[in-house]
Amino acid sequence: MSALRLAGVLRTTLLLFWCVVVFAFIFAPIVSTVVFSFNVDRFPSLPWSGFSLQWYEAVLSDATVRRGLWNSLTVAGGTAILSTFIGFTTAYVDYRFRFFGKRLYMALAALPPTVPVVIMGVAMLTFQGRIGLSGSIPGLIAAHVVICAPFAMALIRMRLSDLGRDLEPAAWNLGAGQWTTLREIVLPFVAPSLASALLITASVSFDEFMIAWFISGLNETLPVRVLAMLQGQVSPRINAVGAMVFAVSILLVALAQLATARRLAATRLTGGDP
Amino acid sequence: MTDRSARRERAGRIRFAVALGAPTLLWQVAFFVVPMGFLVAMTFWSVRNFRLQPDFTLANWATILSAGFFRSAYVYTFAMSAMAALAVSLAAFPVAYALAFKAGTRLRLLLAACLVVPFFTSFPVRIYSMQIFFSPNGLINTVLAGLGLSPIAVLNTPAGTFVGFLTLTAPLVVLLQTFALAAVDRQLIEAAHNLRCGWMRTILSVIVPSARVGLVVAGALAFVLAFGDYISPQFLGGSNPPTLSILIADQVKSGNHWPRASVVAVVMIATLTLVLGALLRFAYGGQGKA
Repeated sequence: MSALRLAGVLRTTLLLFWCVVVFAFIFAPIVSTVVFSFNVDRFPSLPWSGFSLQWYEAVLSDATVRRGLWNSLTVAGGTAILSTFIGFTTAYVDYRFRFFGKRLYMALAALPPTVPVVIMGVAMLTFQGRIGLSGSIPGLIAAHVVICAPFAMALIRMRLSDLGRDLEPAAWNLGAGQWTTLREIVLPFVAPSLASALLITASVSFDEFMIAWFISGLNETLPVRVLAMLQGQVSPRINAVGAMVFAVSILLVALAQLATARRLAATRLTGGDP
Repeated sequence: MTDRSARRERAGRIRFAVALGAPTLLWQVAFFVVPMGFLVAMTFWSVRNFRLQPDFTLANWATILSAGFFRSAYVYTFAMSAMAALAVSLAAFPVAYALAFKAGTRLRLLLAACLVVPFFTSFPVRIYSMQIFFSPNGLINTVLAGLGLSPIAVLNTPAGTFVGFLTLTAPLVVLLQTFALAAVDRQLIEAAHNLRCGWMRTILSVIVPSARVGLVVAGALAFVLAFGDYISPQFLGGSNPPTLSILIADQVKSGNHWPRASVVAVVMIATLTLVLGALLRFAYGGQGKA
């Protein structure tokens, strides 16, 4: 019996050890980026040799980085608004209507993120190059909306599942038109998910590097600037840019989490508990 | 009179439905379906004097499909992605198991929330960190030297690409496997325990079969991500040897031969569709048995 218990303890220890290894593998790159962005040394090594903001100063005084940041924010803002609008209409259509070809319609609305971004990049480049949209900010937004709208759709659709099926008909019976009902009943109900959709899509667009790398041309976004820096020499400036990008994205996601996602994850993850 | 108002109401309802349904359709057709269709059409175009010309030639297909560099890149990309998907699935399983069955609800939620963080932290920057860890005088080799072991060369080798694929896919696979395992019926597991089923057998014949769909979907997505990744093979693998996505980028960025890049892209989409179709059929195939 005690040998059995020993085996059990050993197993639990091994399991715990393996979890630590995997989590370390996942999070070490993130932690290291932030930590070494404040390091004095040019070449990152342990022990840490001193605190410094010089890489942030170097990055923030770099005109190409500032312009990249501005482009990224513009694209992320435009993408977020359009994706959320399109995501909402798709989610509502899925919630409300049944029609011929609905599966195809929903596939069209949901599939784009599964296409490898390198392929999306080439497709967008060849197509937008042909119609003269490539290399422009609207072109970037158009491409990012394609991959971001499905995320907005999913977030808003999940919220709509909680909207009682008889609320809308009740409003119609009381004489409200469809548009009025949409505005007065549906929109206020999904408002939290609209907020989180805006933030999540902004974050996805802000981080997207591959499509932007193909089509941004002279209007480099920040992630494209990072790729260009990666092709050059080892420099802690990449850590500084990376840490700033992390900060913006995480802030957006954390705000989105506050809006709705928390309850959702909770129900999904506690589903198996008795 | 009532007939006309009913007709008007019906017309209004249709207008409402069309107004809400149209934006998605228009946008996704204009900026997704048409570019993808254009990509396929582009494979038949020709390039003369560095200029694209609409054409109907099979020359690009013939050139690419018979090129040795394409065939070896295809086999290499496929094999590496498949191995990475398998490895990451195996490595993630114990973690998902611990999160789903050993951790309390609050710890599970906290760790799951942490696992979402990597999705929103720039992948190229994480790969840059990996470059530093695995550089000849980096952290890993310093630790190895401290243990009296010989240094390992990872950068600019297939091992580097592999590390990058794991970095890319690990958070997603751990998360999806945790969802899958958390949804397994606890009563089944208790029943197995009551019947004196050992832990290994409980995992293999109760947990894995009931979570099969989630586990396969996680592995399939890992394969899709790795297969199309450009960053790992370029910045950790040093394009040595190149993968399909590197071929695409090179053809577009330096070769300026878009039709050939399109051929590679179409072959990649076809491969992914086939692999995903097969894996999903496998996942959902024997669901009745579980």
